[in-house]
Amino acid sequence: MTTIIAVPKAPSKRRLGPDLNRLRFHYPQWFFIPAMVLFVVFFAVPTFASLYFSLTRWTLFDAQFIGIDNFVNFFKDPQLSQGFVHTFIYGVVTSLAKVVLGFFIAVFLTSPVLGRGYLRAVVFFPVLVSTVGIGLTFKSLLDPFHGIVNGALSAFGIQGPGWLTDPNGALLTVAAVDIWKGLGVAVLIFIAGIVAIPQEYFEAARVDGANTWMILRRITIPLSYPAITTVVILSLIGGLRSFDLIWTMTSGGPGFTSDVIGSVIYKMYQAGFYGLSTAGNVILIVVVAAILVPLSRFLTRREVDL
Amino acid sequence: MNSHSKTRITAVIGAAAIVAASLAACSAGGGGDAKVTISYLTGTDVTNATMAHDLIAAFEKQNPNITVKLDAAAAGGSADNDVKTKLSTGTMSDVFFYNSGSLFQALNADTKLVDLSDQPWAKSLTSDFKKTVSTKKGLYGGPLGASLGGGVLYNYGVYKKLGLSVPKDWKEFISNSEAIKAAGITPIEATYGDTWTSQIIILADYANIEAQQPNWAADYTANKAKYSDQPALTSFQHLSEIHEKGLLNADFASATNAQGLKAVAEGTAGQYPMLSALISTIQQNSPDHVNDVGFFPLPADKASDTQLTVWQPSALYIPRTTTGAKLDAAKKFIAFALSKKGCELQGKDLPPSGPFVTSLCALPSNVPALLKDMTPYFASKKTAPALEFLSPVKGPNLEAICVQVGEGITSPKDGAALYDEDVKKQAQQLGLKGW
Amino acid sequence: MVAGTVAIGVSVVVFLVPFAFILWQALKNKSDSAELNFAWPSQFVGWQNLVEVLTYNDNMILRAFVNSLVLTVLSVSIMVVLAAMTGYVLQRRRGRWNPVMNFFVLAGLIVPPAVVPTIWLLQGLGLFKTLPGLVLIEATYGLAFCVLLFRAFVAAIPRELDEAAVIDGAGPLRLFFSVIFPLLRPVIITVVVVQSVAVFNDFANPLYFTPGLDNATVQLTLFNFQTQTLSQYNLLFMDILLITIPPLVMYIFFNRQIVAGVTSGAVKG
Repeated sequence: MTTIIAVPKAPSKRRLGPDLNRLRFHYPQWFFIPAMVLFVVFFAVPTFASLYFSLTRWTLFDAQFIGIDNFVNFFKDPQLSQGFVHTFIYGVVTSLAKVVLGFFIAVFLTSPVLGRGYLRAVVFFPVLVSTVGIGLTFKSLLDPFHGIVNGALSAFGIQGPGWLTDPNGALLTVAAVDIWKGLGVAVLIFIAGIVAIPQEYFEAARVDGANTWMILRRITIPLSYPAITTVVILSLIGGLRSFDLIWTMTSGGPGFTSDVIGSVIYKMYQAGFYGLSTAGNVILIVVVAAILVPLSRFLTRREVDL
Repeated sequence: MNSHSKTRITAVIGAAAIVAASLAACSAGGGGDAKVTISYLTGTDVTNATMAHDLIAAFEKQNPNITVKLDAAAAGGSADNDVKTKLSTGTMSDVFFYNSGSLFQALNADTKLVDLSDQPWAKSLTSDFKKTVSTKKGLYGGPLGASLGGGVLYNYGVYKKLGLSVPKDWKEFISNSEAIKAAGITPIEATYGDTWTSQIIILADYANIEAQQPNWAADYTANKAKYSDQPALTSFQHLSEIHEKGLLNADFASATNAQGLKAVAEGTAGQYPMLSALISTIQQNSPDHVNDVGFFPLPADKASDTQLTVWQPSALYIPRTTTGAKLDAAKKFIAFALSKKGCELQGKDLPPSGPFVTSLCALPSNVPALLKDMTPYFASKKTAPALEFLSPVKGPNLEAICVQVGEGITSPKDGAALYDEDVKKQAQQLGLKGW
Repeated sequence: MVAGTVAIGVSVVVFLVPFAFILWQALKNKSDSAELNFAWPSQFVGWQNLVEVLTYNDNMILRAFVNSLVLTVLSVSIMVVLAAMTGYVLQRRRGRWNPVMNFFVLAGLIVPPAVVPTIWLLQGLGLFKTLPGLVLIEATYGLAFCVLLFRAFVAAIPRELDEAAVIDGAGPLRLFFSVIFPLLRPVIITVVVVQSVAVFNDFANPLYFTPGLDNATVQLTLFNFQTQTLSQYNLLFMDILLITIPPLVMYIFFNRQIVAGVTSGAVKG
């Protein structure tokens, strides 16, 4: 007998019709004002000011207008194209892993499993430690000669690679540590999302004899959509902009092999090329926005109203 | 279209900031007997903090109506930006500690710092040091700490056991290294796990370049001399050679500076190209071996060109925002650091690994052994300041490029060319002619 | 259950070993810790390290803890309330200002803050080097993330509830604070936890906007033990351990709240 899962069809996004006009009053737009004030004063104003400086040669003491020279020079940087490639790889890999792994771990942790409370706490631990601490710790753990990771591998007769010293593997190794650190937040958000799904749906499905996989596919995933969207956007932005973990663990090295746009810009900033690094930031913003804005629109359009 | 005009926004806000800051820094009354508090900015790491605490304690004892408050400076890469940001926004402490040389040049001293050439200790400074804290218009810094050298730390025991003598030229250095290798000891320690150490060979080789071409720094600043040409290319070639010949430790890519220092102190490595000041780490971590470590300058290809590259100490500066009674107190503070008592404290907390740059300070009696190795070079003036004290041109990616060359990922010629390209940005940022 | 035991085992290796490393280094003396490995220390100086870190620089770390705590509590409270209000209206209503707020949210996530102009701004407002100024800054920078989350999760609250409350005569404020806000509990807790950790662990912003030892936050204390020439890894890791404790305690406490959220269900019929 075929089992039919009596899951109510997800309603399409409701449009505010004329009969709900009275409800409009209850969603007052002046609720925006406090947040908007903070944004404009402490964020928009300084950002626009700095935009001006991207068109100058800025020593912090004076600024000399040079038009788009900074942008031209930024694109002429020999490390740039490599940097872009590394950035995309890093962003996509970390984001994908956090979304997929994070989701399944969250599903696991919202089911009755032994030690669930402890597991939830432990998954979130890495988020609590500062990036510097994590960078230093893993740098030592992954040391090719003295670190315990390779030590443990050699107990199995495997010669561990130079995790952070191999020009080809350094970037992905840092990405793995990034995922380790960021999973906790993704899992937390996913748990909150799954928890928000009313139990009735699950009970109805179980009554109808649905198995775990079907429940996952037809109920959990669609109804966690807001959570999934959020994690995708957050992790992708974070991954594309990321640099402090990379900086702590490899400084973009060995050499330039794990350089991402963020670290290229930071090196310019450190060297005192303030105008150039601001221009670099502008470019980074444009690139990230060019990816995220369409993506964000695409994802939110498919959101489901309960 | 190269009008060097201050933007109006900067000027207006900058002026407002300076006014606000000086109002906030308002000193208490006029007379010299009134209580004054000044703020002192320095790194919060152990070395600087200890020096600061001792200096402040002794100074306050001698000047009971002055209190010195300690401010924390950022560490590492953000230190430079922190200082520049503070100076440009008029929020710098009343007196601060910072590098000399090209980093000092970036501070716009003529408009931001107080001229100290009238101070009593100004005449006691070596001419080399004076150059590193002055502009055409004035002298701005008082030294804190001694000078140091860049070259090769070596283990006395290893050399003695193998009957080696200090190499005078590069060939001898390599043959010494090969002898050490044959004895089963690491010949040359490399610690690219701490990327800044990768630059040492390039930077410490400078004195040898200057011996061959005395005007090299000026030509470099004018874009006439390059690293991809001789004599400078040798530095990159040497860096690559020690890797190619297999003279490095197995973990060269991941070893840290602390590990390298331990190795040369304990004799598991024979030689380690490094700055002499790092002897303080050996003093902290392997105190029993401090006097087992010697020093020689990085050898040039020809023995007659071998010279010691010297780094000047950092200095104390006063920003223009310090005025009135606070300014007097700040000047007193610097003068105290260079007094007999101050010098004693310097000798204790910042163990010297080179001579002092002022005749007011004398070396303490218990200096580490390697200092004796360095003295002959100072005495016979076979020294040259490091490039950063002679030219403001330094690229931000030198470390990364040196790692690439040092690990054999890039050839020395390509590495040198990359670096020449890298410094262009710096030169243009500084508005140098000829780039 | 098998799955549980396996999970516990994996979690210990993957998540707890690094922490064991931090703890281990914190117990060593200076020269042992320079090795940065799991070797047995030549002497156990855990207590001495603890005392040294706590008293360093006139008990800098204790002052820093107070500063960090005040900063975190204030900025997170502001963030949560403002972001909930914003995300709620954004989701419920197709207003004219929605595109503007959405743009700010995305920009807030993507655009890194401009340090020097912000300093000038704070100076102009008389908020530079003050804790209130830093609180406002942290609140602003954290808003985007919070709005994003709230906007997403308000969608999970059925509009029927809104209508029911309106029919009962609720005005907009009562609707929001008495009906919606309590139902956002899992999200609020998530936001509070994540943002508290973020603000507590932030070191760049306090460094720029409230410089000076009096205003130091705990992250700044990490600089104390790191310099180019001398590294005191044992003290550094002890410091890391110490500054990880408050977020840890807070998380363990809130973890129970989230579990409570699971069992009570999100929406009551």
